[in-house]
Amino acid sequence: MDPIVGFVAAAIRIATPLLWAALGEVIAERAGVINLAVEGAMLAGCLAAVFGALGGGPWVGVLAASMAGLVVASLFAAVAIWGRTDQIIAGTAVTLAAVGITGTLYRQLLVTRGADLQLPMLGPVSVPLLGSIPKLGPALFQHPAPTYWALVAVPTIWWVLNRTTVGLRLRAVGESAGAARAIGLNTRWYQTIAVAVGGMLAGVAGATLVLAQVGAFAERMTAGRGFIAIAVVVLGRWQPAGVLGAALAFGALTALQFAFQAMGLRVPYQFFLMLPYLIALGALTGVAGRVRSPRGLGRTVG
Amino acid sequence: MSLIRSALVPVGGALAGLVILGVGLALLGYDAGAALGALWRGAFGSWYAISSATMVRAVPLMTIGLGLAISFRAGALNIGAEGQFAVGAMAATAVGLATGSWPAPVGLVATLGAGVAAGAAWILVPVILRFRFGVLEVISTLLLNFVAEALVSYAVQGPLREGKGIYPQSDPIGSSVRLALVPGTRLHVGFFAVVALALVLSVLFRRSGWGFRLKAVGEAPRAAAVAGGIRVERTVAVALLCSGALAGLAGAFEVSGVTYALFQNLSPGYGFTAIAVALIARTNPVGVIGAGLAFGALEAGAAGMQRDAGVPAVAVSIVQAVIIIVALLSVRRDSTEASW
Repeated sequence: MDPIVGFVAAAIRIATPLLWAALGEVIAERAGVINLAVEGAMLAGCLAAVFGALGGGPWVGVLAASMAGLVVASLFAAVAIWGRTDQIIAGTAVTLAAVGITGTLYRQLLVTRGADLQLPMLGPVSVPLLGSIPKLGPALFQHPAPTYWALVAVPTIWWVLNRTTVGLRLRAVGESAGAARAIGLNTRWYQTIAVAVGGMLAGVAGATLVLAQVGAFAERMTAGRGFIAIAVVVLGRWQPAGVLGAALAFGALTALQFAFQAMGLRVPYQFFLMLPYLIALGALTGVAGRVRSPRGLGRTVG
Repeated sequence: MSLIRSALVPVGGALAGLVILGVGLALLGYDAGAALGALWRGAFGSWYAISSATMVRAVPLMTIGLGLAISFRAGALNIGAEGQFAVGAMAATAVGLATGSWPAPVGLVATLGAGVAAGAAWILVPVILRFRFGVLEVISTLLLNFVAEALVSYAVQGPLREGKGIYPQSDPIGSSVRLALVPGTRLHVGFFAVVALALVLSVLFRRSGWGFRLKAVGEAPRAAAVAGGIRVERTVAVALLCSGALAGLAGAFEVSGVTYALFQNLSPGYGFTAIAVALIARTNPVGVIGAGLAFGALEAGAAGMQRDAGVPAVAVSIVQAVIIIVALLSVRRDSTEASW
């Protein structure tokens, strides 16, 4: 394959699960909730995707993953929002629980079945006409379905957040819960629903990782992608379109490693493993102080 | 909160977590009774289990937990202790291998000091990013955990790889840079050092100007700056550096007192479990010792459960999560808001 085509395709492939998770996190954070359980929701989504896909095909897998993400996010919402506790620690605890539950389920139910496990995957879908363009087609228009869906989700979420009453109220809750409550909004329900929807999208992110890319579950396979998604949200300035751009930029920078490897640079592979996290840190540093988070972000609402 | 209630909460959380774990394991078709029995025996079944499993595993939790207690007091959250532990262990291994032929106390001090320095250096990056660029330490410390993991992976397959070159691990460090053991057990003297440190911190927290400044900054940063004339940023930065240094020391203890060599995944998540330790102890140093022992028992029990009942040790994360959640729910009323 043409190296540039391969690079662009890899960038989009890496960006897709991040984009799904980050879009979910945008919804939660615009409602004022920083959800570190996104990592746990994504991980639960990965495992549920395997079970769903084995049971009823890849689409059932995606559905199961979003439900698993919903369950994890609801647990987080119950503790952080309804229990009025520190969102960071609650998110860390829920992610810890997700690591334990997925690890145990995986070892008990999947490991023993071993190598005969053939997951039905979400194969690449070639966009009619565009997909057959030389070079451009393989790079941009031959991706698994969740990639295209994410591109539909970006304007949809933007529209809901910025052009509907529900979206306006949700942002009001995120900016000033006190003011929102004063005009009669049930702030906790707005936050809960935002977190729940965000969890479903994180679950889809997990499904994408398993069913469109890796093809299997491994313990802790999300490896901090949920946390990187939180960085992507900051880089995208809490806007769906910004998040799309940030996720793609992130995917491109990470995909550079394949280009370096192809050039035959003799750098130990572990330094490539570090790259995504260092890029996220560097990017956060670059935008820090020049972006404004939702004013009520991370505050416990009484 | 009364003393009794502050002890009841974690006990209640642990019981709730164990019940949830037992029910979950039973639903999965495990023999829950056998699993929980193995967990108990792994932690408390014999003097050897207590001294050489529970107490040994409590050391890193207590060491990291004390550091986190310092940073929590100042209102700063370090969720990168896992990474600081890893680089502390790596630096201690490198220095331990190099100083193995030095006179015993000098090499040992250098080995432990390397761990402290590496842990502090690892958190220096998030500290600088926070105060120079405004990057929240929550995300930066978390991201650096993964970088540390990759760095250790590189070290044990590259510069620190054993001479035989078979396994991805380092050569064992020499006996002069190892911590002494309590006779008849695998408990190293780091345990007593940490307990002593807790007592010192307990006095410092209550009696020293530093302890007061930490608390003032953590509870009311603006008042601390305006009315107290306290340099808030500096206080928070020092608190974070202390927590990194202690996490690094925990890594050095682990190499110098337990494993004698570096390999990947040295920590089964001590950096995260220690968050629960500091939280349950409500940042009280003596409480950290108690909570550290309790969680050490849980870790030791998890290993016993995996060995004797075939239940993956990672299942115990569920119990830890439940304990954290119960503790969170119980402290929420007197906790301060996260400052974002």
